[in-house]
Amino acid sequence: MTEITLSVNGQDHKVTLDDLDTPLLYALRDDLALRGPKFGCGLGQCGACAVLIDGDVARSCVTRAIDAEGRRITTLEGLGDPEHPSHVQAAFIAEQAAQCGYCTNGMIMAATALLARMPHPTEKDVRAALAQNLCRCGSHARVLAAVLRAAQGA
Amino acid sequence: MTALNRRSLLAGAAGLIVTFTLPRSAMASYSTVAADSVDAFLSIAPNGDVTIFAGKVDLGTGARAALRQIAAEELGLSPKRISLIEGDTALTPDQGSTGGSTGIMVGAVQIRQAAATARARLLALASATLRRPDSDLDTNGGFVVVRGGGESISFATLIGGAAFELSVDKMAPLRDPDTYTIVGTSYPRPDLPAKLTGRHVYVQDHRVEGMLHARIVRPPAIGAHLLDIDPSSLAAIPQARIVRIRDFLAVVAPREWDAVRAMRMLRASWSDAATLPGSDNLFETVRATPVAKVETLKNVGNATAIFDAATRVIRATYRWPIQSHASMGPSCAVADIRDGGGVVWTASQSTHKMRRTIAKLLGLDETKLRFVYMDGSGSYGTNGNDDVAFEAALLSRELGRPVRVQWMREDELGWDPKGPPQLLDLRATLAADGAIASWETIAMVPANIPSFVGIPLLAAVAAGLDDGAGSSSGFTGMNSDPPYAIENIRAEVRWLKTTPLRPSNMRAPGKIGNVLAVESFFDELAHEAEADPLAYRLRLLSDPRGREVLERVGAMMNWTARRSPPDRSGKVLNGRGIAYVHYKQAENYVAMSAEVAVDPASGAVRVLRVACAHDCGLMINPDAVKAQVEGCILQTLSRTLFEEVTFDHSRVTSTDWSTYSILTFSDAPQLDIALIDRPHERPLGAGEAAAAPVAAAVGNAIFDATGVRLRSAPFTPARVKAALAARAS
Repeated sequence: MTEITLSVNGQDHKVTLDDLDTPLLYALRDDLALRGPKFGCGLGQCGACAVLIDGDVARSCVTRAIDAEGRRITTLEGLGDPEHPSHVQAAFIAEQAAQCGYCTNGMIMAATALLARMPHPTEKDVRAALAQNLCRCGSHARVLAAVLRAAQGA
Repeated sequence: MTALNRRSLLAGAAGLIVTFTLPRSAMASYSTVAADSVDAFLSIAPNGDVTIFAGKVDLGTGARAALRQIAAEELGLSPKRISLIEGDTALTPDQGSTGGSTGIMVGAVQIRQAAATARARLLALASATLRRPDSDLDTNGGFVVVRGGGESISFATLIGGAAFELSVDKMAPLRDPDTYTIVGTSYPRPDLPAKLTGRHVYVQDHRVEGMLHARIVRPPAIGAHLLDIDPSSLAAIPQARIVRIRDFLAVVAPREWDAVRAMRMLRASWSDAATLPGSDNLFETVRATPVAKVETLKNVGNATAIFDAATRVIRATYRWPIQSHASMGPSCAVADIRDGGGVVWTASQSTHKMRRTIAKLLGLDETKLRFVYMDGSGSYGTNGNDDVAFEAALLSRELGRPVRVQWMREDELGWDPKGPPQLLDLRATLAADGAIASWETIAMVPANIPSFVGIPLLAAVAAGLDDGAGSSSGFTGMNSDPPYAIENIRAEVRWLKTTPLRPSNMRAPGKIGNVLAVESFFDELAHEAEADPLAYRLRLLSDPRGREVLERVGAMMNWTARRSPPDRSGKVLNGRGIAYVHYKQAENYVAMSAEVAVDPASGAVRVLRVACAHDCGLMINPDAVKAQVEGCILQTLSRTLFEEVTFDHSRVTSTDWSTYSILTFSDAPQLDIALIDRPHERPLGAGEAAAAPVAAAVGNAIFDATGVRLRSAPFTPARVKAALAARAS
């Protein structure tokens, strides 16, 4: 048993790990009851579990919780809420840019990180930033439109 | 510093379980609601707010908006004042599975009729109070109002909190579509703000106090028997527990990661099993499979006699591969079955049916079971959701505690029931003037074999509770006949006795492969007849709705009439293709055109643009329809270009996103969609029809670009290169 402290969405939380290899995703979902990051593959292939660590997109299913200790973790919940969504979330809502919405967490996190370092991306830049994010419902066209809309509002 | 206590977290999360206080006694006994009364579909609260009860569910489709809209329109009330309960067997009527694109076509239409009946009763009640005949009255904004102004009375005053106690009146008058103000608008989806900010509770997020996490330990080969387990292999995780029921093996633990670790660490020995032909031999196997039943889908004129007498017969064989539903989130369910009954939380598309099935499998009284629909990762037919619901129920009953089961990625891609393979032989003859004289399709697809379980559930078969003999993959023979005025047509479906991997209904079941065959072969005949593919279609199509979608797509693509392919050379070959479907020969009209760029050096196909004209009758929510059409196109492009389940003699080998590739953001083309609204026609679904012509439009565009015809999906670079090489030699 190892106790670590995770800084998530601006608050510190103690988490007890049975296993040092516990992925951050399980600590966020099962210990901190967060719902933004989703389990999709556990292999870092799809992006559904994405979070920001110190502002960079990270796949929480292949990041050990212990390695995130002392770093600034932001989840989908930390960006905004239904009443006060972040500008990226607001753009996704405006474009109705989700179907089931299960994978969309990854796209919003990736887009947030992209716009932080490149406020005015081209469509090609957006496609490149989302190249490793998978969607099965076919929301791609709307997601691209949403990220470009968010960039215009930035 | 906040130290979170798990117990309080779990209790807090459990508090999010939606509970309802409603004027009905159904909840205690979990008996279902008959689908013939107004009260089954809607109730009006003391404050006049309305709750709609839908057996059909929103799978990310926008039905959650559309069902509110259609009820709001008919009742005369803002959709904001409507809450919707979906797929809870204790609260909603059984409207059948949310499949076959019936959510709107059946689900919304039933709700509309219940709302119309309610409105007629509200008018009658108000008529007595206001002392005006019904014909002077209307409903608006939650009030019965006198037409032209004057007195009004609220729904709350008239019936708030009380039941209607009325049967749904099939003759209750519907509002005139010309007066619609809510239906036909793009009312935003009410679930998206919570989904896009991480507040929405998916079934994967659902937690119940005292819950255990489970993972299923799959055999190394399909059909293998469990011989022995070594519990000492879990010594490092003392909190994990093993559950075995015959060949069904699972591990449970209070913490999810411990369950995952235990699944990986558990040593078990299994018998050998090698029952599969291997994906390289798939279509030889399909062709050699005994036929259970032959169905003549269409037989007009005398096609056989013409073939017998013909000097030249054009033939082609088309193949559609086995595909996975490939949901982004592995299937998940939570069950709490104790003392002979309880609740299952599931993203199943068929909660009412699953309740009956699981009650029977577990020998439980159906009225003691409640299935509550919760959103899951998108599903496009029967994926793993029904399997996992049973696994959770079985484990919960076995352990007497709530159990949450989530599949792993390799479960979802390896063990979900699959879209089955399709093999189609076609032949045709042309008359001297280039007209199609005769056409024959022979479609080979797995038979639907009735069983109370529908699709056999993995755990039920493993635990010896079901013999696994049932099979169900939908109406996979439909649209294998051409939708054109050809005088001699024979279309036959050979329903095969078996298929290598457990099949199920997967989006537009069978229709994508069938339309690929029919519409590609039609293009082959147009080429033989030296005709323009669009003109050749229009010549044989009289239905004005069908002609309109084709003509619209032609205009969208600036289609110029010419034969395919033109002479092309260069490093990248561009082409265009068109395809048409009258879905199930009875529903939507869809025409689609694709523009592709083929790199002959690599064989890579890039789809640059897809144009689609879509007619689904009355549109309740145009933006939701558009989203469904986009989804149909993009998902089917993925299936057309990339997707093929591979397997060896024992098991599926395409079990992650590198071995089962799907469309990425880099591959997504420009989409141009024209929605044709027909307010006076019945509303049809939009979740399937536009999938049907995608592969054919792409295949025809590849032919136009390269002059080679691809007849086996997916159209991988290797297949394109091989086809180009075969032509060159």
